Amino acid sequence: MSDGTYIRRPNRPLQIYAVIFLIVLYVPVLFIPMFSFNDSIYVRFPLQGFTLQWYGELWTREPVWNALWNSVKVGLVVSVISTVLGVVAARAITRYRIPGKGTMVTFIMMPLVIPGIIFGVALLVLLSRMGVPLSLYTVGLGHLIICLPFGVATLLPRFEGFDPSMEEASADLGENGWWTFWRVTFPMVFPGVVASLLLTFTISFDEFIMAFFLTGTDPTLPMYIWGQLRFPQEFPSVLALSALILFVSFFLVFVAQRLGRAGLDNGNT
Amino acid sequence: MTSSDAFISIRNVNKFFGGFQAIDDVSMDIGKGEFFSLLGASGCGKTTLLRMLAGFESTSSGEILIDGQPTADVPPHHRPVNMVFQSYAIFPHLNVRDNIAYGLRKQRLPKAKRQEMVEEMLDLIKLPGYGTRKANELSGGQRQRIALARALILRPKVLLLDEPLGALDKQLREQMQLELRALQRQVGITFVFVTHDQEEALTLSDRIAVMSGGKVLQVDTPHGLYEAPRTREVASFIGNMNFFPATVRRNGASAGAVETEGLGTIPVPLDILTKPDGAPVQVALRPEKFALSDTRPDGALAVQARLSTSAYLGERSHHYVTIDGREEPVAVSTPNLHRLAGDDAGTGAPVWLSWTPESIVILDAE
Repeated sequence: MSDGTYIRRPNRPLQIYAVIFLIVLYVPVLFIPMFSFNDSIYVRFPLQGFTLQWYGELWTREPVWNALWNSVKVGLVVSVISTVLGVVAARAITRYRIPGKGTMVTFIMMPLVIPGIIFGVALLVLLSRMGVPLSLYTVGLGHLIICLPFGVATLLPRFEGFDPSMEEASADLGENGWWTFWRVTFPMVFPGVVASLLLTFTISFDEFIMAFFLTGTDPTLPMYIWGQLRFPQEFPSVLALSALILFVSFFLVFVAQRLGRAGLDNGNT
Repeated sequence: MTSSDAFISIRNVNKFFGGFQAIDDVSMDIGKGEFFSLLGASGCGKTTLLRMLAGFESTSSGEILIDGQPTADVPPHHRPVNMVFQSYAIFPHLNVRDNIAYGLRKQRLPKAKRQEMVEEMLDLIKLPGYGTRKANELSGGQRQRIALARALILRPKVLLLDEPLGALDKQLREQMQLELRALQRQVGITFVFVTHDQEEALTLSDRIAVMSGGKVLQVDTPHGLYEAPRTREVASFIGNMNFFPATVRRNGASAGAVETEGLGTIPVPLDILTKPDGAPVQVALRPEKFALSDTRPDGALAVQARLSTSAYLGERSHHYVTIDGREEPVAVSTPNLHRLAGDDAGTGAPVWLSWTPESIVILDAE
């Protein structure tokens, strides 16, 4: 092999596989924005022509704005709470000798693999037994369960990546625990905090199953979309809305990923 | 050192981590303005002891007084001590100036005054103009100096240093040793210095505590530790040492001697013989206390020996010689003033091994 070392040798079949993988993953999703610009209420080929009509209709529709506002409210509250809890949990996991730490981490991460439908049903049963009326609060509670592991998972590497003697140095230089947190710990994990906020907001904003079980009279955006699917004439607008959510989500997660890694690779010691 | 002028008093301190005893009944006093080293192999408890002084570890029993004050209930941020960490712990999100000024927040100084103090420290550590550099633009030696400045700007009563030179290359380390020693004299603060490097400890310290297995084996000046080690462990940890099994011989009240295996009978003054007649002891001799010659030297104690191996190191040569009545070869280090006939003859050449009675150290038998 003339160029590239043993490890970096270009591997043609692997490259082709990667490209096919990405195409299979994203092409179905790309049909949504494509048909949202199609000048027809039917989703079928051939495309009829370009229009922004469906986006315009969305703009003037009151319930869409209500649902959007509901989702933003829930998303903001859930992302802040799960990030704060994530910071506390990640710090405790990395700094203290806790008996049964491994088991604890496993339980914190468990919601990642437990189907949302099980959590949704369980919470619905519990809340109705307790006589709690369904509302955006109950949706937020459900989202919190789903978002917390993502918050912890985003913040853990940040805490693991920094030298505990940083905090000791701050204490040694005269700062108590409170000031040490704000002058050293928080600035050092800040990119992780932002990443966690963006990621958990996106997850809450897009979440459907929990919302399906726990929504009261105020629908979140995915619930609104679900409601509109019954009306065929509304379908292009649903596509337009979905396309918008897709782009915003993609953007937020992309930024979160970049931030989550920033500074971890270079000069953090 | 009497306890009245002790600045740091460590009294019967023990530390357990679960079932493991990291510190085993340590007592010592450190004087004001002293450069004091804790020397030992890794895991000997020296860093734990330092962290106790800083307040990061509690004592399981015993007490530590700093400037006459008990420290048991004083958290790290209220102690009049500052520390230079092994990793330096330079805050990566702050520039050099903010790192150095970190501990000044509580003093509520006007900005100009604070600036002035930082500039003063930058001059002291010979890095003027580095104030706005970021932490990740600094070399190891520079980080080490910033860590020093960050601690010294608070004018601590005691500066704790946890192997601060360990991460530097040899040449830089030797330069920093000299600078550190000069700096300590300049600021007059008590330094407690942790190291595993015996040469570094000898170069820098006023006094050294040699630690092993959580115990303090001996506290002494560098000269005292090297010339008069009290145990075999200390003797072999600091430099090289030859050990010879021996027996005490007292001839009435006037003269004493030790009868050694290999070196014959060596006369010693009675006052350094603490054991009764016939007691087993060890006689220890540093390699450089021996001399080698082609002919028997006049007056000195000498035995016939054979060269086993020699290594020429420029200013000195290291030899191993074998003597009758002893299986283990004797290590000898000689200045290269002149060449021996045996040097050219090679292995097995006969030489005379000589020494003076004053150069021996008598230790308890194992």
